[in-house]
Amino acid sequence: MQVVWDNIGLLLIGLRSTLILSAVTVVSGSAVGLLGGVGLLFGPLPVRGLLRAYVDIVRGLPLLVLIFFIFYGLPAIGLDVRGFEAGALALSLFAGAHVSEIVRGGINAVPKGQIDAAKALGLTFWPRLAWVVFPQAAPSMLPPWINVVVEMVKGTSLVVLVSVNDLLFAATKVAERTANPMPLYLAAAALYFVVNFAISRSGAWLERRLSYG
Amino acid sequence: MYDLDWGVVLTHRDAFLSGLWLALRLAAWGLGFGSLIGLALAFARVSGSRPVSALAAAYVEALRNVPLLLLLFMIYFGLPIFAVKTFPPEIAGKLILDGSTSAIVGLALYAGAYLGEVFRGGILAVGHSYREAARSLGLTGWGVARYVTLPIMLRTVFPSLGNTFISLFKDTSLASAIAVPELTFATRELSSDTFRVIEAWAAGGALYLATSFAIALILRAMERRIRWSV
Repeated sequence: MQVVWDNIGLLLIGLRSTLILSAVTVVSGSAVGLLGGVGLLFGPLPVRGLLRAYVDIVRGLPLLVLIFFIFYGLPAIGLDVRGFEAGALALSLFAGAHVSEIVRGGINAVPKGQIDAAKALGLTFWPRLAWVVFPQAAPSMLPPWINVVVEMVKGTSLVVLVSVNDLLFAATKVAERTANPMPLYLAAAALYFVVNFAISRSGAWLERRLSYG
Repeated sequence: MYDLDWGVVLTHRDAFLSGLWLALRLAAWGLGFGSLIGLALAFARVSGSRPVSALAAAYVEALRNVPLLLLLFMIYFGLPIFAVKTFPPEIAGKLILDGSTSAIVGLALYAGAYLGEVFRGGILAVGHSYREAARSLGLTGWGVARYVTLPIMLRTVFPSLGNTFISLFKDTSLASAIAVPELTFATRELSSDTFRVIEAWAAGGALYLATSFAIALILRAMERRIRWSV
């Protein structure tokens, strides 16, 4: 255990990158997903087709393949990306595809009468979506969205393979140097667990709050 | 500008196909052993014994909140050194696993946690009356589980098992990080050996897509064909 305390600073630096990458991914992925979900339902036919292709292709690929594709592919066509940017882009696209499906399903589940009523009140498309449909869709979208957030925090660990200094990278490097990997991997696992457990618990709490309203 | 040359993919198709075949085998073994772990966890959860149920719940929570890649590193890099330091050589030797075995162990432990929840749902969905009927026919606890709960439960969880297989198939890509020559590994090798980056990853990605799509189609067909009544 001593080896963990001696190197806790390095692990925390790694954890910080993991958290930053997770936050970037969740925010941009959710933004993409919101637009994607709305586009899947209400976009003109070509937009719907493109979004459907994006969502199905990205959801059918392993996340690691997407990361490698972007990390090796963009430089090949002359765009220079570092591991962090490639990872953030791939993770955001991945999260975006999953959130798109969640948003589509959530909006679809709102009773049609609500939309008709909003139309009868004279609300146009975006206000209708923002003030009538979305608030009612949110409670059903929350649990799968929290799932995606946890999956993304876990998914950030893959950027270790494109040399980003995240939590798993820090644990691996210290393990190589001290030739005593198990305590470090267990410490990293504990840190991942704490983060994800906190996320899913606050998700469950939020869910209870929303269901009362 | 980047000129595409697809010929290089065709000349390396053997590496792609053997990688794909290995990925499918890893996923199948992972699903098999994962199902056994999941079954044990599910019956532990509904056993009625508090400590047993809490232990199973802790396993599920722990595994679901930790990245699979970390688990694979633990088994492949961590376990051998840990075993050599802790156990006598004859036991330690058995705990030094090669890449493919590590991947299967990791996938099974990981899938087990998810399947534990799936199976638990399946068990709870088996009506009380079935168990009571089995009891009144004289079956013991084990007999009820083996001959009544399990067969009915397997029918309801079949779609989830199929989806887990597809996820596992995609998760096998992580095995490339512990030097298992599966599809992602083959793709990465082609990409770095020939610098045909776009072609290699497009082909590798297309194989993943096509295969998971094909598996999904087969599963849907099976679900329709086997119209189980409970």
